Amino acid sequence: MSGTFVGMPAFPTAAREALADTQLRRNLAHATHTIRDKRARVVAEVEDWEDLRLAGAGVKEAALRDLATHLETLEASLVRAGATVHWARDAEEACAIVADVARRHGADEVVKVKSMATQEIGLNEALEAEGIAAWETDLAELIVQLGDDLPSHILVPAIHRNRAEIREIFRRRMADVGRAAPDDLSDEPGVLAGAAREHLREKFLRAKVAVSGANFAVADTGTLVVVESEGNGRMCLTLPEVLVSVVGIEKVVATWSDLDPMLRLLPRSSTGERMNPYTSTWTGVTPGDGPQEVHVVLLDNGRTRALADEVGRQALRCIRCSACLNVCPVYERVGGHAYGSVYPGPIGAILNPLLRGVSDEQTASLPYASSLCGACFEVCPVRIDIPSVLVDQRAAVVDSHRGDRVPKAEAAAMKAAAWTFADARRLRWAERASGLAGRVLGRFSRTTLPGGRAAAGRLPGPGAGWTGARDLPAPPAESFREWWDRTDGGQDGDRR
Amino acid sequence: MSARDEILGRVRAALADVSPAVSVPAAPRVPDRGDLVGLFVERVEDYRAVVTRCAEADLASVVADVLGTARAVVPPGLGLTVADAVVDEGLSAADLDAIDAVVTRAAVGIAETGTIVLDHQPDQGRRAISLVPDLHVCIVDESQVVADVPDAIALLDPARPLTWISGPSATSDIELDRVEGVHGPRTLHVVLVG
Ligand code: SF4
Repeated sequence: MSGTFVGMPAFPTAAREALADTQLRRNLAHATHTIRDKRARVVAEVEDWEDLRLAGAGVKEAALRDLATHLETLEASLVRAGATVHWARDAEEACAIVADVARRHGADEVVKVKSMATQEIGLNEALEAEGIAAWETDLAELIVQLGDDLPSHILVPAIHRNRAEIREIFRRRMADVGRAAPDDLSDEPGVLAGAAREHLREKFLRAKVAVSGANFAVADTGTLVVVESEGNGRMCLTLPEVLVSVVGIEKVVATWSDLDPMLRLLPRSSTGERMNPYTSTWTGVTPGDGPQEVHVVLLDNGRTRALADEVGRQALRCIRCSACLNVCPVYERVGGHAYGSVYPGPIGAILNPLLRGVSDEQTASLPYASSLCGACFEVCPVRIDIPSVLVDQRAAVVDSHRGDRVPKAEAAAMKAAAWTFADARRLRWAERASGLAGRVLGRFSRTTLPGGRAAAGRLPGPGAGWTGARDLPAPPAESFREWWDRTDGGQDGDRR
Repeated sequence: MSARDEILGRVRAALADVSPAVSVPAAPRVPDRGDLVGLFVERVEDYRAVVTRCAEADLASVVADVLGTARAVVPPGLGLTVADAVVDEGLSAADLDAIDAVVTRAAVGIAETGTIVLDHQPDQGRRAISLVPDLHVCIVDESQVVADVPDAIALLDPARPLTWISGPSATSDIELDRVEGVHGPRTLHVVLVG
């Protein structure tokens, strides 16, 4: 079925390959700019957007700080509503639980709603190994799955494919796994979507078991929430007899009314709409309506590791809106695949090392996939200070390399970074120096990045491993910290 | 140790240095926008859904016009006679797939976002009936329209399954070209009564 990220090369290598792909870069630039313009328009419509962000960050932060209590409450509420609750320490346990439910119902296939958590645990591959086919039903996920491909963006995973390629994939592959694409299939998006509707409808109508994730899990009521656009989510959540939802433990919010800021923040930040076409909520089993057997798998898989990280735990507030991807100058140029994970972009650069640790080279390279420009923090609906976590994770990478006998170029750069980041005063000094360099590089730069920012060419010395693969955005003339001090954390409204 | 106890133990250990108390700032309210019903219509139409306004007395004929020759399924508690309609008494998904349209009421309308919320009471029916047919005719009373998301959340009962609908289903997955109508009803027609 679809590919896997395991064994992906480290970011610099993967990024160099991605940069050579002009189609990919053009598609990405178009996508990120379009979505971010839409977002900016609907965010500007909300007068108190900054207060709404504060409320959203507060809801998630409060839930995380007392997570054990809320998880116990959630479990009790779910059980009261007729759901079965499972706990999974890691990916393997979670996949085994889902496979077991499917097997008990004699199912050799399940329909799936797009879910980051099930991608993270490699559920499709695990089910396939058990002889159970997992059908992705989100249009983009279907394109990715039929094309034996990898998702490249959280929100629009097939954005690296153009319409002609999608038509080709449908014509070549649909017939192998179900209803074939019509012979006269054109490459009109409306026609392609119609083919997906026909192809998937037969699967929705016959599937016994569905698998979903959840955007939110409400502790005091036991309600799960799925936010979507196409209606494939509603199909999966409504028609099959059995529903299994794999939910990361960080998805908890304390109360029903906590959904208010979240449901206002998410669609505007994500697709740039006032509200997404469909949001479904369900609380256990409703007699005579929808699945009569409901399972919820509460998943750790590294989340408690991230939670233990004093600086990094805020990353668990993430609601996967993908706004930070769309404003990131690095993501825009290299795309999602280079991150080697289902979580790409700025959030991926911090979440992957927090969930998995930095012992492998691939993950260890991620905290460096950033210019620390701070745009990700400004758009984040739950105010995750991604730049600060990145800096902290770089220090963690350095720590993990301290015992190396032969320092690699990377390790050398990291050691310098550690010396710098170990002391706030030195960091301030280094940032100023880098700001200075930014102004100098800006003056001599040979390229301009999207958004008009200057780009620097190849850096000498230890930085060459990174800049050799890309045009490094010149450091901002003002560091994040300087900006923060000058504007009192942005409170005075100065966006510069 | 069970997975449950181990995970909860890890959570407690991870948070040993953290005080659980944190004050959550209240979410801001939208300013008064005046004509809520007018805003609701405008915002629903923004999603390329169709809105028809009518008086209670004309409802049956307006619904008949909207349906035209389409055969509809209706929930048992619709409270309106729809000619030739099939009343849902546990139709299978395959049965529903052979039906063109569905007529339901709604629980709440949200002006700010142009959203209709169904809570699947007997006047709206099971979730499946408003999902499988290709045309959804949704009757909303003007008195059901509230200003914004928090007002809706306060009115809705989380114990019931809820479906929030903002326009017809849509996708932008192919080159970000917006296509209306994928898996849900490809046409949403709101009949606003009042
Ligand atoms: S980190 Fe913030 S902006 Fe990025 S996906 Fe998560 S919630 Fe959205």
